[in-house]
Amino acid sequence: MDDLLLNQFLLLGAVLFCIGVYGVLARRNAVLVLMSIELILNAVNINLIAFGAFWGSITGSVFALFVIAIAAAEVGVGLAIVLLIYRNRRSVDLDDVAEMKG
Amino acid sequence: MWFPDHAYLIPLIAAASFVLILFFGKRMPKKGAEIGITALSICFVMALATNVQWFSHVNSAEHEAEVAQEEGEAAEALVSSESTGSATEPIEFEVEPSRASWTWWQSGDVTFSVGMLLDGPGVMMLFVVTLISLLVHIYSTDYIGGDRRYTHYFAFLSLFSASMLGLVMSETTLQLLTCWELVGLCSFALIGHWWEEKPNSDAALKAFITNRVGDVGLICGVIILFFAADQSFDIVTINEMALNGEISHLALLVASCSLMAAVMSKSGQFVLHTWLPDAMAGPTPVSALIHAATMVVAGVFMVARLYGVFFQGFSIGTSSVNPLVVIGAITVIGGASLAFVQKDIKKVLAYSTVSQLGYMVMALGVGAWTAALFHLFTHAMFKAGLFLGAGSVAHSVHSFDMTEHMGGMRKFMPKTFVTFLICTAALIGLFPLAGFWSKDEVLSGAQQLGGEGGYLVFMVVGLVGAFLTALYMTRCIYLTFFGEPKGHAADAEHPPHESGRRILVPLYILSGMAIITGFANLPNSGVLSGSPDGASLRFEHFYEPKGSYFPSVLETFDHPEFNVLIALGSTIIGLLGISLAYAWYWKGRGPHGLTSRNKFAKAGYTVLVEKYYLDHLYTGIIVGAVKGPIARGAYWFNQKGIDGVVNSAGVAAVKSGKFVYERIDQGVVDTIVNASGSAAGGSGQRLRRIQTGRVQQYAALLFAGAAILAGIFIIVI
Amino acid sequence: MVAQNVFFYLLAGIILFSAFRVVTSNNVVHAALYLVAVLAAVAAEYVLLAAEFVAATQVLVYIGAIIVLFLFGIMLTRAKLGSDQDLTHPHWALSAATAVVMFGVMGYALVDQFHWTATPLPADTRLVSVDGSNSATVSDSVFTAYLVPFEVVSVLLLAALVGAIVLARKD
Repeated sequence: MDDLLLNQFLLLGAVLFCIGVYGVLARRNAVLVLMSIELILNAVNINLIAFGAFWGSITGSVFALFVIAIAAAEVGVGLAIVLLIYRNRRSVDLDDVAEMKG
Repeated sequence: MWFPDHAYLIPLIAAASFVLILFFGKRMPKKGAEIGITALSICFVMALATNVQWFSHVNSAEHEAEVAQEEGEAAEALVSSESTGSATEPIEFEVEPSRASWTWWQSGDVTFSVGMLLDGPGVMMLFVVTLISLLVHIYSTDYIGGDRRYTHYFAFLSLFSASMLGLVMSETTLQLLTCWELVGLCSFALIGHWWEEKPNSDAALKAFITNRVGDVGLICGVIILFFAADQSFDIVTINEMALNGEISHLALLVASCSLMAAVMSKSGQFVLHTWLPDAMAGPTPVSALIHAATMVVAGVFMVARLYGVFFQGFSIGTSSVNPLVVIGAITVIGGASLAFVQKDIKKVLAYSTVSQLGYMVMALGVGAWTAALFHLFTHAMFKAGLFLGAGSVAHSVHSFDMTEHMGGMRKFMPKTFVTFLICTAALIGLFPLAGFWSKDEVLSGAQQLGGEGGYLVFMVVGLVGAFLTALYMTRCIYLTFFGEPKGHAADAEHPPHESGRRILVPLYILSGMAIITGFANLPNSGVLSGSPDGASLRFEHFYEPKGSYFPSVLETFDHPEFNVLIALGSTIIGLLGISLAYAWYWKGRGPHGLTSRNKFAKAGYTVLVEKYYLDHLYTGIIVGAVKGPIARGAYWFNQKGIDGVVNSAGVAAVKSGKFVYERIDQGVVDTIVNASGSAAGGSGQRLRRIQTGRVQQYAALLFAGAAILAGIFIIVI
Repeated sequence: MVAQNVFFYLLAGIILFSAFRVVTSNNVVHAALYLVAVLAAVAAEYVLLAAEFVAATQVLVYIGAIIVLFLFGIMLTRAKLGSDQDLTHPHWALSAATAVVMFGVMGYALVDQFHWTATPLPADTRLVSVDGSNSATVSDSVFTAYLVPFEVVSVLLLAALVGAIVLARKD
């Protein structure tokens, strides 16, 4: 119990990831779904950094930075879409948005 | 060697001209045309200089090899008094291509470079592209004078030339791909030059989208070759590795097939050729440029460039029937027969191009590399001449319709008539014009290469194609220049008049080229074996790459010899076609009105007019099946609810197939292709139920699928 | 090293509890604030792993910008302030089952592959650096080996910017 283990970070990431997945699937509010996606992305980042530290490589950090940048873009566009949905139907309940039903 | 070593400047000049025209063109006195013409003139002069220096480069390489061989022989003669090499044997020598390379960008450990690989075919294409582009520039100043997007037109002409020039001297496959896409983009912009009219913008879109289909093939091919050749984009490396057998045959075969798709779309080979005739919606000079020097020959050039890959991948030269030769042969006949029923003069020429490109691809398929490139070279000259001639006629009667608005034009436009006639004779392949020599070489290749008459069938196909060519071109000449003037041509108040100098001079030059370029590769075998060394086979001598990256290092690679029987045969067949058409149109002999009396003939005619129903297949069946039945299916689903569908899988498939069949039958005539339509529709029916429109359900499926896959991996690994 | 472990479990507890509240809270604003806690604790974990540059970026970008965006989103969509029972699907159990199955698969794979004692992190997790921080190493890497992805990301951000404006503006 005195060394930091790779696995404890990986398992933390796994739990965080699954909590995020649960949030994506179970929440009805579109903004909350976007927040859950952030949880998933953070879980991925923890993995990247942990592996970077494990292999003594900087690549993990660099990729985590890219993930953060892309997350920022994703939130921007995602919230814009949510806003548009809200403006058109006065609701951000994802159950109401089923226009693509085949 | 200054010019070949700095040939990369040529596309750069053309590209700079694009930028200059775009930004300053409107403010220039001639609206930007002068920038384009100046730039292209410089390019042309540089291309000429490149050619000249390249010739001396090849000659000096040969001379050195000769000297080395003589020394070797002298040394050998000291050891054993026998002379080993016979004097008539051609000397083996290598010609170093001009190369330049820069790092474009790098990611991680992989470096992507741009550069120049200039050897024989590239030098030849430099000449063709700059010459035709320059003539098209000059011609356009008159042809589209006063057009509303005059400046943009010239800007895109410059970019078009620049991208094609870049393509022919690409060092890496990645660069080739980039230029390839640029060529496609420019053709899109130019075909849709008059986009306000729906058919024009449709044609542009069609060209673009059809080419996308092939581009996927090109991308796949490039990626496969990248990994097969130890992560190299370098064309020379790839070819060398392919020829040395360092790449597995399977990888080469798959790569060649992928690249084949690119050739089919770009070079208008059968089933993907449908965009080419529609591309006639663009201004005529653009058609000339597309059909002669840029766009369509890009595919042929790509095969020629990566010939090592194709040669090994398709086992060319060992008498195997390969996709290149089969597709080429189908295209020769298909294109020629379609040309026969067209009313639009440009469409006749477009299908003629399709057919001639078939010859080139077929020649590459049988292993006659030089014949293919030589035909490309001569074809560029006379086809550009024909297009510009057709444009000249259309310019004065304001129509492209041969049956409605032309006829008797030889009286009004004698100069255009003569040039058109010369180019037509060259296309038909009459002795001693350009087409005679190049087509003959293709046919000889089909006869002699590939072991024991391996490709004899395709020689027959080529002869039939030559016959059809003579027929449709004579018909075209008759309808345009002979007979009674009709429509606009008969307008007494505004009689058609000869075009101006800026249109005629390019025509003179091109018809002159159509006469002389055939002698560039005068054969040195058969009955012509007496022709002097310095004058025969110059094309092969200067433009065929000589080095370890070209299949000539292999035993199976060979050159066809001149065969007087084929030459005579093709000429006779051409003359037969001309006289048949003459008897039909001028003398009115033969069963006229056959198509209206005979059901069978009428059906054949309709199939041709409908272009083998390929467009129906693409838009009606494939797009329709994806779009129509699914939309209707949704309606039906609402009506009957879910119960009707939830049966056993087999019953559902049959039911939905039948349902789609009934619906589609009303909208689309063709029943043959219905099977594919109903299959697509049926699967759409089945898949539709998954589409609930709820994002979270999709996400759930995604995650569940990922979890299951991960589980499987854990168990398996 | 014990201190590091203590901090790790402390932070892990914060992360998991807050993350759990993010996905279960009945108040949208509370969820956003719990998200802040998750992000901050994750940043602290990065520091434990000697990736201080990423930790700083996490604080600046995530907590500084993205959370603000979320709060704007919440306000602009006029989410009900205070408790709202409708935020979770009635059949949330199914989602929970999916998540648990996923964790089962992942957890099994991780434990099977990396075990508990066999894979300690290097004692000195500090990466090669010039002045005691790994920021220099990160920047060297970003501007040499990963220059092209970096530029691509900047284009992506620009595209996202334009796209967000186009989508969200009122015509």
